[in-house]
Amino acid sequence: MNAITPHSSSGSTSHYPSAHVAQAIETHTLAVIVDNEPGVLARVIGLFSGRGYNIESLTVSETEHQRHLSRITVVTRGTPMVIEQIKNQLDRMVPVHRVVDMTVSGRAIERELAMVKVRGKGDHRVEALRLADAFRARVIDATVESFVFEITGAADKIDQFVSLMLPLGLVEVSRTGIVAIARGPEGM
Amino acid sequence: MTKEMTGAEMIIQALIDQGVEHIFGYPGGAVLPIYDALFHQEQVRHVLVRHEQGAVHAAEGYARSTGKVGCVLVTSGPGATNAVTGLADALMDSIPIVCITGQVPTHLIGNDAFQECDTVGITRPCTKYNTLVKSIEELPRVLHEAFHIASTGRPGPVVIDVPKDVQFATGTYSRPKAFAHRGYAPKPKADPRRVEEAVALMRNARRPVFYTGGGVINSGRKATELLRQLVRTTGFPITSTLMGLGAYPASDPQWLGMLGMHGTYEANLTMHECDLMICIGARFDDRITGRLDAFSPGSRKIHVDIDPSSINKNVKVDVPIIGDCTEVLEEMLRLWTAQPGDGHAAAHKAWWKKIDQWRARKSLAYKPSNEVIKPQYAIQRLYELTKDRDTYITTEVGQHQMWAAQFYGFEEPNRWMTSGGLGTMGYGLPAAVGVQLAHPDALVVDIAGEASVLMTMQEMSTAAQYRLPIKIFILNNHYMGMVRQWQELLHGGRYSQSYSEALPDFVKLAEAYHGVGIRCEKPGDLDAAIKEMIAVDKPVLFDCVVDPSENCFPMIPSGRAHNEMLLGDAAENLDEAITEEGKMLV
Repeated sequence: MNAITPHSSSGSTSHYPSAHVAQAIETHTLAVIVDNEPGVLARVIGLFSGRGYNIESLTVSETEHQRHLSRITVVTRGTPMVIEQIKNQLDRMVPVHRVVDMTVSGRAIERELAMVKVRGKGDHRVEALRLADAFRARVIDATVESFVFEITGAADKIDQFVSLMLPLGLVEVSRTGIVAIARGPEGM
Repeated sequence: MTKEMTGAEMIIQALIDQGVEHIFGYPGGAVLPIYDALFHQEQVRHVLVRHEQGAVHAAEGYARSTGKVGCVLVTSGPGATNAVTGLADALMDSIPIVCITGQVPTHLIGNDAFQECDTVGITRPCTKYNTLVKSIEELPRVLHEAFHIASTGRPGPVVIDVPKDVQFATGTYSRPKAFAHRGYAPKPKADPRRVEEAVALMRNARRPVFYTGGGVINSGRKATELLRQLVRTTGFPITSTLMGLGAYPASDPQWLGMLGMHGTYEANLTMHECDLMICIGARFDDRITGRLDAFSPGSRKIHVDIDPSSINKNVKVDVPIIGDCTEVLEEMLRLWTAQPGDGHAAAHKAWWKKIDQWRARKSLAYKPSNEVIKPQYAIQRLYELTKDRDTYITTEVGQHQMWAAQFYGFEEPNRWMTSGGLGTMGYGLPAAVGVQLAHPDALVVDIAGEASVLMTMQEMSTAAQYRLPIKIFILNNHYMGMVRQWQELLHGGRYSQSYSEALPDFVKLAEAYHGVGIRCEKPGDLDAAIKEMIAVDKPVLFDCVVDPSENCFPMIPSGRAHNEMLLGDAAENLDEAITEEGKMLV
């Protein structure tokens, strides 16, 4: 065989080292301002699934009713190059107004709300209530054998609360996904 | 001007107001009101295709050869789904298309009505933008916005899905002054500091190369002129992607030929060895870069693109410039002319000497034959016999496409219509229909393969109906040639399903379609046959029977770097040349 190379005769394998060291994976929270028009969420989600990007959490709601603008908060993971791609791919979509990387600024507050249903009697019930108090979770529904707690906070705080409820009779969890906003007086 | 009219009439009026002369389409239940409105006017000419995929490809050919927006009109359900391949093709190659699809009446949407499909859902990932029109009030704005979105920024296809009841409804038509999408900013202004930085790098480069793409052509005629001036004043070598052929004249000594998987030896090695790469309107596609971690390892890279998402997608660049090619080239040229690079004349001379050594390999060389027509020879003869005419070339996809790119010398932009990104077999024939409609007096040749062309052969009827004398120049090697080549190189010569069995008699087929068939089997007969083809004022199927075993070289096997290229005279033991990893790539 005779693969042509300018400097060296080539063997049956490439003379370059195998794939370069992978970049570290990072988690970023993006705020995406979009026209609230039909199909806009499908467009954004379709971009993530179609291009093989991750969605760790996604929340969406209209935030400016007069201007029909919605705010999508999406938590995603990838290498810095992939995160950059995701932002650019989002930004070029026709109904997308702005994409802000809340993680890059480093000054964003992230919160999530969860409702947690716990069923139990006796000591378990008392312990659940005590822990809920420690986590500043509110009781929003109660029967003689169950509670529904409402808890807000960072995602890992909710994770921790849920795992503590597990042995105490955890029945069901419903979470909103993460919303984020930058600290300080400036708007985005 | 405001006027009361029906939705269907608004669609036609908007087309007229946008200067549309031709629309490619196929009628059906959900677009009957629009076809009725078409019937009542003579400004927009409807071209009846034989399959909706053909409508989109014809519109693409029309758009690419004119720089205008191509227009398509199809019905709901299968009309829309048949158009999907064309839309995906237009998205990948950044071609401006407005496609109007009929939809079942709004009250039936979601009911699995006859010929209903979720057109907006299906076409979302293969359009730049799409929308379902739910009321007559928004229709005029949506129509004009579609043209705006399709043609500005990085161009692309836009689908407007119009339910039948909206077509019948009456409303007020006026040309809107503002668009709904305030967030859509198609024309980013290039950062002047970046351009200065780029020109500074150009002044200091010892081994520079221009690598240009379809973006230059999309940017318009002026971009081509500016590119030519810049390349000539700098004296740098230039290569281009498949999409960018014609922006720089192939006859010029600074032209290195196409780069990439089937690019020339000199183009690929120049890319590999350069110290400065100036990428303008190209996107570092995998067919260009080959093995990414070995792509042009020693170079600084400048990347000019109108689409920020193209930058740093595959290859990290040093100077990203987000902007329109025309504006950036103008500024680059201004800065360079004000202060040209100097002091590296000796280095540039040495660089050109090296390039000339690579050129001397004559990487496109093939073994000529007096017995059988070599496909490369066929393209060379076609080029020689058509180059002095007003000629437009379209292609299908495969070996013939690469040979056309290698052997047909393009001197001007918008003369070369090929499916680059999606690689759609069946593109060339309908695209030729669109090109011929836009340029009735030009010579339009579809360089085809016998397998590809059968995918959209029915558009010969369209060509016959509109008396379009398109020339379908089929390099008939009785194989899906590129599939066969890969099977030979990668799969031990097991030609699984790649033989073109039971081919039609193309001469009889041409006659059946009211055209002319020509068959040529001997190299000695080729010139006369091509001349005959050119002289015929009808659609022609030219069955050029070529060497069935010819492979397309040079070739960078997948998973390999630019300097690990296979040349034609090295075509033995090729199976060893490809790594296991390379086989996983396509």
